[in-house]
Amino acid sequence: MTNDPSHIPASVGDKQDERPTWTVEQSGADAILVVRGHWTIDDGAVLAIPDRTLPVAPSGAGRSAPTLHVNVRDLGQWDSSLVSFLWTTKQAAAKNGLTFDTSSLPVEVARLFALLPAAPTEPAPPSSRQPNILAVTGGAALGMVDEIGAVVELGAQTAQGSLRALAGHGGMRLRDLMANIFDAGPSALIIVSVVNFLIGAILAFVGAVQLSKFAADAYVANLVGIACVRELSAVMTAIIMAGRTGGAYAARISTMLGNEEIDALRVFGIPISSYILLPSVLSLMLMMPLLYLYGCVVSMIGGYVVCAGMLPDVTGAGYIHQMLGAVNVQQFEFGFAKSIVFAVLIGLTSCRIGLKAGRSAADVGSAATSAVVTGIVGVIALDAIFAVIADVIGI
Amino acid sequence: MTIHVASEAPTDSGVQRKAGSETLLSLRDLTIGYGSKIIQKNISMDVKRGSIFAIMGGSGCGKSTVLRTMIGLLRPLAGRYTVDGDDYWSGPDSHRTALNRRFGVLFQSGALWSSMTVGENIALPLEMFTRLDKDMIRRLVELKLGLVGMSHAIDLYPSEISGGMAKRAGLARAMALDPDVLFFDEPSAGLDPITSARLDDLILTLRDGLGATIVIVSHELSSLFTIADDGIFLDAQTKIPIAHGAPRDLRDHCQDPQVHAFMHRENPTDPTPPPTVRKDTNTHG
Repeated sequence: MTNDPSHIPASVGDKQDERPTWTVEQSGADAILVVRGHWTIDDGAVLAIPDRTLPVAPSGAGRSAPTLHVNVRDLGQWDSSLVSFLWTTKQAAAKNGLTFDTSSLPVEVARLFALLPAAPTEPAPPSSRQPNILAVTGGAALGMVDEIGAVVELGAQTAQGSLRALAGHGGMRLRDLMANIFDAGPSALIIVSVVNFLIGAILAFVGAVQLSKFAADAYVANLVGIACVRELSAVMTAIIMAGRTGGAYAARISTMLGNEEIDALRVFGIPISSYILLPSVLSLMLMMPLLYLYGCVVSMIGGYVVCAGMLPDVTGAGYIHQMLGAVNVQQFEFGFAKSIVFAVLIGLTSCRIGLKAGRSAADVGSAATSAVVTGIVGVIALDAIFAVIADVIGI
Repeated sequence: MTIHVASEAPTDSGVQRKAGSETLLSLRDLTIGYGSKIIQKNISMDVKRGSIFAIMGGSGCGKSTVLRTMIGLLRPLAGRYTVDGDDYWSGPDSHRTALNRRFGVLFQSGALWSSMTVGENIALPLEMFTRLDKDMIRRLVELKLGLVGMSHAIDLYPSEISGGMAKRAGLARAMALDPDVLFFDEPSAGLDPITSARLDDLILTLRDGLGATIVIVSHELSSLFTIADDGIFLDAQTKIPIAHGAPRDLRDHCQDPQVHAFMHRENPTDPTPPPTVRKDTNTHG
């Protein structure tokens, strides 16, 4: 029996004498597999032997199983390509009832071969359990309640930590707080400026186009002022902080978890609330309202630039005059209060997500993603709740 | 705290190395695991005061998990763990925090707090739990770092030092509060043989000098034979301890095939000798 020429890889066609070839020869009851040439992966030769090429052991009691020997006299260079071929051959031989004789293999091949099982292990069948829709939704709902409870508990611990810090014992490190404040405040100024400026400008532009239909161009200032002070500056700043700082907190804490740093704190009995939560949450609580106020001013400037520079019917002075009449302190208070609540939400949820993350590199990534998503969705949902409350109490 | 009395006669370190007979840590029929997954069961062991106790076993047998239970990071599923007769896992968290004041832990990776310098890492527990002033704390930090040969790194951040240095700094931090018991999780893992041998010497010297009891999780045989007085061998398959005793004695006398194979670095699943082969055909290029 000779192997079909189509078994020879095309890429080695030009090196006739070096290409990997094999033949199966009959020798009495036994068979001999002769391998020749270079068997390397670089030559593109990872061959498999078809079952039908091997003789089938005659069935019948009292006869010992014939053996498949290997002849490697003309074997050139080899690597795992040869071992793979021999392994498939061994499996095919076993199927045909032949005994595979490894005694004539090169010593290194035989050693590798000895490591291999008789055949590749079948992977465990995937879990066939159908997910129960009720169990999944129920589990998710319970998990959510659980998480809310955990976040509230963290909030309570943080408050406790802040009391300890105020009392002057076992508090946080001032240096950590300052570092966090710098990260959450001054470092975010540029992005907060850009976003709020553009929001103000876009509102002015879109508003002017619509309002000019009613000859009410001057009210562009009211639109920009009220929208930004009541809603957009607070929400946009919070979204920026959720993406920037919330993600960073979650990633940092879950990395600390992986490095056993959190375990070390626990073993020493150093409260996590004082050393991780408090500086994180407090710095956001201090910086977010300031960033909000700053964002309001920048968005008004954005509106001003559009009005003064691009709209024919609104003057800069008119814009400022109209703005001063439209926005009052109460609206600032509302936005200010909201941004503090957003800060607490972002700080606590991102710390919580970091603390419950796994310990691998992938877990750090998913913790950061999850913190950003939760932060943004949470901020917008809370803002909606605020809008309803404001409507009910008539602010 | 271990308090050395000034008038105490100087002891020869060889004499002092002998473990006391008084039990400091005691585990009785402890079962550990996560949720419904049991990792080890029926763990009973006594750690004598002043001894070096080794928790041994192959990879994945739950050595580190036992350690986590002993330092309060994982509540056992069943059984009793006492520290100086005091039931560790009963009572509120504050009870464990108080007992943990007597512990120092060197984590596998060193686990230095990455936002602080090496010096601040060692100072933090002192700031938290003592009434010492800044200068005193600084002097203690310099002392502990000097003991582990890391004085030069006091103002470096953990990211600026090597793995071996981080481990030594972690050891200095573990000793910050002069603990009664030092726990080491794989102290030699990831260290070269020379650094690892130095760490062994350091552990012995510190034990003798500070009079601490040491619990060490390791599978580094040469270290275990050198330093450990007593130990327990956990088996991953049966999920129970299969041998008790000093690693040296287990090496010389234990009949259990698993323990024997472990102690002599043999491969118990390799019954067949390498096949007899023709050498001349090898043209492996």
